Formats: sequence, C-alpha cells, structure tokens
Amino acid sequence: MDREFIARGLQRSSPGRFLLWILPWAALLAFGLYCAGLCLAKGLNQTNMDNRFAFGLWIFLDLTVIALGAGAFLTGFLLYILKLDELRAVINSAVVIGVVCYSGAVSALMVDVGQPLRSWFTFWYPNVHSMLTEVTFCISCYLTVLLIEYLPIVLRNRKLRDVPSFLVFEHKLHNLVYVLAGVGTFLSFFHQGSLGGLYGVLRGRPFAFREGFAVWPSTFFLFILSAAAVGPSFILLTTKLVETLSRKRLVRPTVYSLLARVSGLLLAVYVLAKAVDTLVWINRTSPGHGFLASQYYSWKPFGTWILFAEIVVFGMLPALVMLTPRLRAHNGWLVGAAAMACGGVALNRFVMTVQTLALPTLSFDSFVSYYPSWQEVGTFLAVVAYGVLLYSFSFRYFNLFPEERELRLEAAVHEEESALAGRY
Amino acid sequence: MTPRKRYGMSIDIDKCNGCGACMMACAVENNVPPVPEAANDRKGITWIRVYRVDNHRAYPERRTAYVPVLCQQCGHDTPCVHVCPQQAVDVDPETGIVGQMPERCLGCRYCMVACPYHARYFNWWDPAWPAGMEKTLNPNVAPRMRGVVEKCNFCHGRWHAAQQKAAAAGKREIDAADYVPACVEACPTGALRFGDLDDPSTEVAHDAARPESFRLLEKIGTEPKIHYRSQRDWVRDIANAPHPDGKDQHRG
Repeated sequence: MDREFIARGLQRSSPGRFLLWILPWAALLAFGLYCAGLCLAKGLNQTNMDNRFAFGLWIFLDLTVIALGAGAFLTGFLLYILKLDELRAVINSAVVIGVVCYSGAVSALMVDVGQPLRSWFTFWYPNVHSMLTEVTFCISCYLTVLLIEYLPIVLRNRKLRDVPSFLVFEHKLHNLVYVLAGVGTFLSFFHQGSLGGLYGVLRGRPFAFREGFAVWPSTFFLFILSAAAVGPSFILLTTKLVETLSRKRLVRPTVYSLLARVSGLLLAVYVLAKAVDTLVWINRTSPGHGFLASQYYSWKPFGTWILFAEIVVFGMLPALVMLTPRLRAHNGWLVGAAAMACGGVALNRFVMTVQTLALPTLSFDSFVSYYPSWQEVGTFLAVVAYGVLLYSFSFRYFNLFPEERELRLEAAVHEEESALAGRY
Repeated sequence: MTPRKRYGMSIDIDKCNGCGACMMACAVENNVPPVPEAANDRKGITWIRVYRVDNHRAYPERRTAYVPVLCQQCGHDTPCVHVCPQQAVDVDPETGIVGQMPERCLGCRYCMVACPYHARYFNWWDPAWPAGMEKTLNPNVAPRMRGVVEKCNFCHGRWHAAQQKAAAAGKREIDAADYVPACVEACPTGALRFGDLDDPSTEVAHDAARPESFRLLEKIGTEPKIHYRSQRDWVRDIANAPHPDGKDQHRG
C-alpha cells in the first residue's frame, strides 16, 4: 500500500524504518502541542515573558524561520522570473521549506497572542500605520500562495495522479506558477521588510530605531536583504542534510554552486549595507535621541563582540567563502559557510528581539534578562518537529527533487560500467 | 486634530515620599486585580509604579528620591498608537488622553515593546479578587480579561462621571474639580497635580513651565504630558538615557 504512493524510480526506506524515523518527532510534536495547549488554556502566565520582556522565544523563532523560509520566494523568483533553470532541481523542496517555515511561524504566533480568537480583528480594524498590520496581511496572503504552490506537488503523487480531475487541476495550477512566483516575491518583499520594520520604527527603543526611506526604516531593507541572502543557504543546507540522511544524490553539484553564489552575493551586499547602517546609527540616529551607542554594549553579556560576530564572523566570512570558487567547491567549506550564514541571520534576529528588550530605556530602570519556560521551549520544539514531519512525509511521497531519478540511473550506469571495466 | 483639552500631570519629586498611596488608589479605582501568588515583580499590574532612585553615591552623600511612573500620555508620534495592528489604542481628540480598548486588544503586546516608559501591562492571568472583595469593585470601570493589555487612562471612569454631571446640570464643560484622577486625589503630600496643560490658569500648566520641570526621555520626541520637577540637579538627570558604566547611573 505504502509503496504505491512512492513515485516510480525512487528508492525510499521501508515503512518500518520510516516509522522509526518519524516516531520520536511525533512524540516531540505531541509534547509541544501539550505545551501549546497549556498556554492556550491557562494563558500566557505559563511563559516566562513579562511586562518588560513582552516578546520572547517565539517572536525570535518567528523572525528566524521566516527569514530561513525566504528561499521559497527567492528560488521561485530566480527560476520563473529570471529563468535560472538549474534551480528547478530544488524548487519543490524550497516550496515545502517555505510551507513549513511560514505555517510553523503562524501557528506559534497564534499561541503567542493573548486573544487568538481576535486575530481577525486585524483584518477588520486594520491600523494602516502599523508594521504588524503589514506583516499580518502579507504573511497570511503569502502562506496562501505557498499552499497553492504546494498543492501541485501533492497532486503529482503517483497514486493521486490516478484521479483525472486532480491531474487537470494540477495542470491548471501549474500554469499559474509564474503568476504565483511574482505574487510571492512581491508579498515576501513586503513582509520580510515589515518584520524588520517592526523594530526599526520603535522610537521608544533607540537601540532598534533606525531612520530610513519614506515610511520604511533601514531595517525594512536589511531584513529583506538578509532573508534573501540566507534563503538559498538554508535550501543548500537542508538538501545536503537530506542527501546525508537518505544516502542519495539529489541534485547536481552545479546547483549547490549556484545556490552558494546567489547566497554569497546577496550576503556580501547585506553585510555592506548593514555596516553602513550601523555607522549611521552609531554616529547620528542614536545620539540624536540622547542615547550614546556605546552604552548599549556596556550591558553584559551584550558587548561589541555581538556586532563583530554579526557583521564579520557570520556575515563577511561566509560571503567570502561562498563567492570563492575554490572554497565553495569543497563540501566542508560550503556547508560550513551556509550554516554560518543561517546562524548569522538567527543572531541578527536575536539581537533585534532579545537584546532590544533587555536594554533599559529609563535611566533608573535596570537591565533585564529572560529565560524561556519549558512550555515555551516545548511549543518551539513542536514547530521544529512539525517541520521535520511535514518535510519527511513530503520527501517520501512526493517528488521533491526532480533530478533524483536521473541521478540514480546515472549512478547505476556508472556502477555497471565500473563493474564491467573491472571484469575485463 | 488639536485636542480641545490637553490633560496632563505634574509630579513634584521633591515632595514624593514613596508611600505608594497613588498605586493603591489607582488599583482600587480602576479595578486592578491583586497580583497572583505565582507572579513576580515584572508580571503584576500597576498602572502607576513608584521607582526608588538614588544618586549612586556612598554615605553620607547618598540621596534618595521616588519617581512615580505612569503612562506618559505621549502627545506626538505616540509609540503605542501607531504600532497597534487593530486600532485598540487611540488618542482622544477631546482630551489628548491615550486610551486603550481592551475589548479590541489582540494581546500581541507590540505596544508594550514600543513603550519607552514600560508603562503598559499585560493580563497574564484571569483577574481574580479574594472572596468578598469583589463587592468593593468600582461599578464605573470594567475589569479587563486575561490576554489583553491595559494602562493608565487618567481615570477615564471619572471623566465620564464628570461629563454626566455637567450634562445633568445643563453645562457643556465639566468643572475641573469634578475630574481628578484617583492618584492625585490620594497623594498625601500633594506631589501630584492634574489639569489642562493648555489652560495657563491651571496649576499643572504653571508647573510645566517652571525651569526645574522636565519630562522623561524628552529627546526621543514623543511629547509626554507628565511633567516632573525637582530642585536637585541629580534628580533632573534621571530624564536622560541610562549610563551603565558611568558614575551618573541612577538605580531604580
């Protein structure tokens, strides 16, 4: 029965092995859902957030996973709009990663708000001046776009293709793919930016406040750039991870090289923009509000090392590695650089969310710290487990890597040729 | 739109002895529930919070002052108003008071993140009062539910009551004596004064114009309507940004 759902020509583990793989993740998901249920039923007193640390682990998680999920829109844009055809090899995987990241983030947000049943109020009474309104609209719309993009991948399943109407529907959806790629890029551009804008507009938090262009603070553009830069890196990392775990070649080396080049180039532009933005902030924006930038880094453990790590260690270095052909040809350097780029964006989101709130604004207030409660960590782990499960099922039953079959055949031919060469 | 009135407050820090009567009066007037046992000092709700600050010197030069901090009713680019995604926060054009609508609040807490004065509070628990104490609740103020944000609104219930009284008497304007927030009324030293900042005849407008008057974090440009004052230089310095590594740091 299970075999009939797996695409022809693809090799997948036995149902028993697959069950063994998903069981721990399912257990983790169950635990996480219990934690989320506690927060929903008993209230946010189950968390370690408080009136000073009003945002915590979940917002950090949301900002990070949405940045990592940016590979979906960027790959779609590069493939369908800029016609970089090599990326067809990873587009399905990128869409699944996008679905996982965005649906996971939206689910975490539903637990994070005090009155989840009032979420529709944002659509009914939108405050057009709020960055959060822009985020809510764009993320909701883009998640819908992602689900529409995910649907053809599901409908191309071997068994589902037997239903003629599904096949027709899938074909019709496929014709829309260029429109969806364009709409997805437009929406992503705005919500990635608005997530940066969330903090950049905070006049009352001079550590995060930035000047900008028109109604958008500079963080709006930095978030777009950084998300676009790490999106391909995260696709590269996940593909490598799936290759390692499944012991299969899924894409050709040229695809990795292209992803690394795109990621490296965008990361280099981001690092440059971030450095200029930091200098403007240190020398003009922050002192203009009566706050010397040096004071932010006097509260330990948030020293200037964090700025150095963000710009140089996790920005400039991976960009250089990914832009140097000799280094990116080496698997260790390539994976290391991609992981550092992803770590860099996570660090940036941590700084924007956690460091911003830890710093006092009033002269008589104190520096505060926050550690998430087990319920918060459990809910966070539920998102991770959900992501692993959705991706695992998608990898098993849908053709996420169109070149996999071809690469397997090539490998089989190569093996046969080697065997023949050995015989004669 | 220019508000017809611009209600504000003046606080004489030199007169405040940190007794906390303002906090108690505020809680009673506005049906702020007692803090649950599981709460820490950062999870409780108090619309006005008295901070103790000192000049960071050793004895015998050590000096202490008390600074009541409530919603500063920012008059320009009000941080909480423009971040709220569903217009649950607004500035009343009639009074200039920043209002919070708990019935529309999603509980996203973005306004709390935006507020530089940490003057907004979230209901982490369902509001609960010890048995019998519910009989003391103020019928003019609705208690807020779990999962929404609340803050000082200059005792909006009292403003409504003053309006009704004026209307019943056939007057269009309320009598200033009829609208005094509970904290101002309760302050035993008279450190707190309240009134229309745009009316030069009021005490509060006079206080705001005094040279020793200052506002917290004035440089960020939000035009707060709470005017503090002190004759002491080191107290006036609390208006500025923190200096974590300098000798001028004030401890709260």
